Amino acid sequence: MLKIWSMKQQQQKDANAESAAGTKKKKVTAAQLRVQKDLAELEGTLGKTMKTSFPDPNDILNFILTIEPDEGMYKGGSFHFNFAINQNFPHDPPKVKCTQKIYHPNIDLEGNVCLNILREDWKPVLNLNAVIVGLQFLFLEPNASDPLNKEAAEDLRSNREGFKRNVRTSMSGGAVKNEQYERVIGR
Amino acid sequence: METMVNGIEHSRERWRYLDYFLNKPGPTSDPEWLPGEQTINSLETSKVLVIGAGGLGCEILKNLALSGFKDIHVIDMDTIDVSNLNRQFLFREADVGKSKAECAAAFVEKRVKGVKITPFNGKIQDKDEDYYMQFKMIICGLDSIEARRWINATLVGMVDTENPESLKPLIDGGTEGFKGQSRVILPTMNSCIECQLDMHTPRAAVPLCTLATIPRQPAHCIEWAHIIAWEEHRKDDILDTDDPEHITWLYQKALARAQEFNIPGVTYSMTQGVVKNIIPAIASTNAIIAASCCNEAFKIATSCNPWLQNYMMYSGDDGVYTYTFETEQKEDCPVCGNLAKSLTVNPNMTLQEFIDSLGERAEAQLMKPTLRTEEKSLYSQFPASLREQTAPNLEKRLSELVENGEEIGISDPAFAIAFKYKLIFSS
Repeated sequence: MLKIWSMKQQQQKDANAESAAGTKKKKVTAAQLRVQKDLAELEGTLGKTMKTSFPDPNDILNFILTIEPDEGMYKGGSFHFNFAINQNFPHDPPKVKCTQKIYHPNIDLEGNVCLNILREDWKPVLNLNAVIVGLQFLFLEPNASDPLNKEAAEDLRSNREGFKRNVRTSMSGGAVKNEQYERVIGR
Repeated sequence: METMVNGIEHSRERWRYLDYFLNKPGPTSDPEWLPGEQTINSLETSKVLVIGAGGLGCEILKNLALSGFKDIHVIDMDTIDVSNLNRQFLFREADVGKSKAECAAAFVEKRVKGVKITPFNGKIQDKDEDYYMQFKMIICGLDSIEARRWINATLVGMVDTENPESLKPLIDGGTEGFKGQSRVILPTMNSCIECQLDMHTPRAAVPLCTLATIPRQPAHCIEWAHIIAWEEHRKDDILDTDDPEHITWLYQKALARAQEFNIPGVTYSMTQGVVKNIIPAIASTNAIIAASCCNEAFKIATSCNPWLQNYMMYSGDDGVYTYTFETEQKEDCPVCGNLAKSLTVNPNMTLQEFIDSLGERAEAQLMKPTLRTEEKSLYSQFPASLREQTAPNLEKRLSELVENGEEIGISDPAFAIAFKYKLIFSS
């Protein structure tokens, strides 16, 4: 032990670093610092079609992302996703759920999202930017091969035009195949 | 030499073989090292903390006690489950339901005379820096990355350059099936757990759409019950993986789904395993890794031989392979890459004035800084919504926003690393 302490003192002398006296006050966590950095990197990604809102501005680990696609089948909709990030981020991926009941092949009626980087392909080197771009892409190119809403995926595969009509119906709060959807047309 | 203390016979005879290493120098011992009484005394008075009293923890406690450590503390928040008994050899059937820390401590104390083991049945987060400060070193046998990151950040944060004893070596063991690792972390002096975060195996996950549409394995049905069915039917209950009623509910849902897809093999214990993410534990791998950790603890406490620098991986999957290498400190490590520096500020200064002053500081010409404390977002440049919400803080005095001595984290798009300052109010 004495050896380690003398090594540390030596290292200290070499580096001539400033004192970092211990404190009992809570310290900014690694997860918070990483999210803070990730949020700063969103500038340029969000653009006109996406925005974030923070119900508690002091808590940057929980926020809502709104996507308003300006092209594609979901154009005109306003889709809300709840982001919940835990203290084990970026080892753990953020938990992302759609807060509305929508008709989408990759999002189920509970709001679960099938996006590979949110689960099986998540890596700590990925960031919030990657997740947000991935979500945006789901609205531009819904994907019938990774279905969470089987009926919607089947519609997309077998009858693209019918699927488009169903999207419009569902977005204005109508029912598709006896399932009532939430109105998501932007105000 | 034999002495009687409290009626217990204290003799070095028991430690005869250990003393070969402590009473005379060996070919690899440091030339400046002094063998003998002082070294033995240093081992016996070293108060060490073991985190975790599970598979690795049982081995670690036993090994430390048999290596001559006399003052050992142990923390674990878990209670003993019947499935632990095959490898967590300090526990018996009658102990099921009792605290792991308390049972393990009582067993080792009884078995190894003269050792004092102090248990704490709770979470590591329940304890503060004052608690961790009393130990010479910390030996971890944990199964969670989150807990490792927490203790690592705490120990890095405790390092006080004015007080060398504030540096607590952290010895971390981990196993998964036939694979394992041990590492020696000297907080702030070498690569820390956060530096090595990307090296951890990610949790194996199955695509959500597979779970939802075409399950192929019993585990898929259990994950479906866990992630999808629970949300659908019991949204308002918080899933407690230790509650038998909750596990039974998931088991029945998973079983029904497995039957629907003709998948055999869903059992109650498998449900428990998948939901709690239980990794198959092999007693012998735990023994190997714990042995390595405890030898390092022994070498560090006595300085008798050089210790591990700084990572040993063991793989028994395909024959045996082991490799020792030195992981390097990450310059942009959010925990040890940039330690909090003390910064004396006028508490009457506004946040805006403080930010302006940061732009003038030579070491960090921060142009667009975002600042926060553990509790508060002080000012965020981006996203726009957060900027608007935090902008009113710019006019506030520092004393209204932070406490004297509180740490703030600053990030800036121009820098990959975050800066940390401990704000000291000038009087």
